[in-house]
Amino acid sequence: MTRNIQFKIYRYDPDKDAKPYMQDISVEIDATDRKLLDVMVKLKAKDDSIAFRRSCREGVCGSDALNINGKNGLACLTAIDDLPTDKPIVLRPLPGLPVIRDLIVDMTQFFKQYHSIKPYLINNDPPPERERLQSPEDREELNGLYECILCACCSTSCPSFWWNPDKFVGPAGLLAAYRFIADTRDQATSERLDDLDDPYRLFRCHTIMNCVDVCPKGLNPTKAIGKIKDMMVKRAI
Amino acid sequence: MNRIVVGAHYGLKDWLVQRVTAVVMALYTLLMIVAVPTAAGGYDGWRALMSHGLIRFASFVFIVCLCYHAWVGVRDIWMDYVKPTAVRLILHALTLLALVGYAGWATQIIWRL
Repeated sequence: MTRNIQFKIYRYDPDKDAKPYMQDISVEIDATDRKLLDVMVKLKAKDDSIAFRRSCREGVCGSDALNINGKNGLACLTAIDDLPTDKPIVLRPLPGLPVIRDLIVDMTQFFKQYHSIKPYLINNDPPPERERLQSPEDREELNGLYECILCACCSTSCPSFWWNPDKFVGPAGLLAAYRFIADTRDQATSERLDDLDDPYRLFRCHTIMNCVDVCPKGLNPTKAIGKIKDMMVKRAI
Repeated sequence: MNRIVVGAHYGLKDWLVQRVTAVVMALYTLLMIVAVPTAAGGYDGWRALMSHGLIRFASFVFIVCLCYHAWVGVRDIWMDYVKPTAVRLILHALTLLALVGYAGWATQIIWRL
């Protein structure tokens, strides 16, 4: 059974367009087209000038993050049946980042913030013959932190990141920061906390929880940010 | 030179103070909700209540908390929306001066009773 799906898609090609515009387009879909990404691939076949990123199509690579009907999410994890079909599905690029073309944004600022928290284990002890071990309880602490795929849905839904993308680390970066602060094998906890004790880097977060609302992996950056603040309080008081 | 520099190494204290002052203000509000209706009616009753030593103490603490809380909040707004450093510095200073003035003025009004 085929049916027709209406779309409104943000289009902008800086080489051709003076300013962005919304394109109305519809596409016939089959019952086997389950996810929004499946339908977008059909759209691309119909109008090959539409540009978007995608890769793994199963919520692991984080390439196809979009603003879908006003809410950030991954096209490959959004079921087409969960979207209302009485009005066109509105697709826009992630908000707050510069648009390269159509639905593709420049993620440089996002990754700069991610790199700024030193997202790697810092341990100056000589590496043991095999791996650095953790107790199961210590390893448990990393659950809900390490699963982030860096799709940028959270940071680009955060008003604090919109206003200060150059200074506020953002929810994705802070989740990654806590992932290493919580890691018992890491030896730079104090330096990491020093680095984040800043009115911009950490304390732009005002706990509005847009990040939790949109995370396609069901993670909770706000909780991680709260735990960073807890550790700072424990250290200072 | 147009490098973005961060790392002022403050923020925890203001964040913590904002939470503590919020709790103090909430408690004072509850105190007032209970105390004002139970005070003897009319101007004299209210005056007696507000001039009581404990209430004077609580009111002064409340005013100080309100101003500190407002300082952190308003500074956050300037930090988010006002980018030129000179303009922001002026706004920070004016906010701080206004809040210090208000704190003194409000205390003087409450303590005059």
